[in-house]
Amino acid sequence: MHIMEGFLPSPWWEIWFLVSLPFIVFGVYQLNRLVKERRETLPLLAVAGAFVFVLSSLKLPSFTGSCSHPTGTGLGAILFGPCIAGVLGLIVLVFQAVFLAHGGITTLGANVFSMGIAGPAVAYLIYKAGTRAGANTYATVFAAAALADLFTYVVTSIQLALAFPGTTGFLGAFMAFAAIFAVTQVPLAIIEGAIIALVFKYIVHLKPEILIRLNLLPESTIQRLKETAA
Amino acid sequence: MKYGLEIAVITLIIVFAGIFLFQDAAGENSWGGADGEAAELIEATGYEPWIEPFWEPPSGEIESLLFALQAAIGAVIIGYVFGYWQASRKNT
Repeated sequence: MHIMEGFLPSPWWEIWFLVSLPFIVFGVYQLNRLVKERRETLPLLAVAGAFVFVLSSLKLPSFTGSCSHPTGTGLGAILFGPCIAGVLGLIVLVFQAVFLAHGGITTLGANVFSMGIAGPAVAYLIYKAGTRAGANTYATVFAAAALADLFTYVVTSIQLALAFPGTTGFLGAFMAFAAIFAVTQVPLAIIEGAIIALVFKYIVHLKPEILIRLNLLPESTIQRLKETAA
Repeated sequence: MKYGLEIAVITLIIVFAGIFLFQDAAGENSWGGADGEAAELIEATGYEPWIEPFWEPPSGEIESLLFALQAAIGAVIIGYVFGYWQASRKNT
């Protein structure tokens, strides 16, 4: 999903910077509050960030014959909300833009929006809706993380189609980019969802009190989840 | 089912990996990156990137090194935190 350096013409790269900025600013504000008021959640924050590091560095092959990578932002978004996930995504994207020439400084705004904000927002909303509806927790986490991954690539396709409508217009260009990005991403999104669901299980077992404190799961659900695995 | 979720995830990964035993790897994309493919599609319209990355890994090996480093940093943190939680649970 990385739009490479220089591949967004003006005014698009400026626009995406402006769109991402308020989310990142709010994310930094939320992070500050978290660090001050809920220090016990910091290890979990580190895990969420580390997940983005690991998963976004693994370029996996897909059945379309090309390689792409998962995003790993779903976990952070479920645990801390999309704005904090956006800050985590920003850190990884800066690392990749500076050291790997993967993505770019000028396209950072657009990449942060797709991977750090839009995808995580989907994960966050699905998780909230799923838990409210009383759906199976791990199935909800799976769906949230997998669809966040997929949606990230859909947003990248939209961003590129807006900047390069070509002769086919926005819709035609979107289909062309989505054929490259989103189709390749389907199996990877499923794998990512499964892995994050598994990690969520370990968090439920090792640190349920943090999930309760972050208001993510009621105590009764955690009891039930622990019993079924006992 | 104590390990139901683990079994499901491992099965999924094996199926995912197994697909590649049967798939022709020499397809037209031959496992290139999707990011690069999109860039080619854009360049085919005659677009020239207006700025180049100020630094690029000098070779594919060094790029792999840096990607591996990125994954390693993440893996160390995950392992450390989960190990810490596991141990502190056992001690209480």
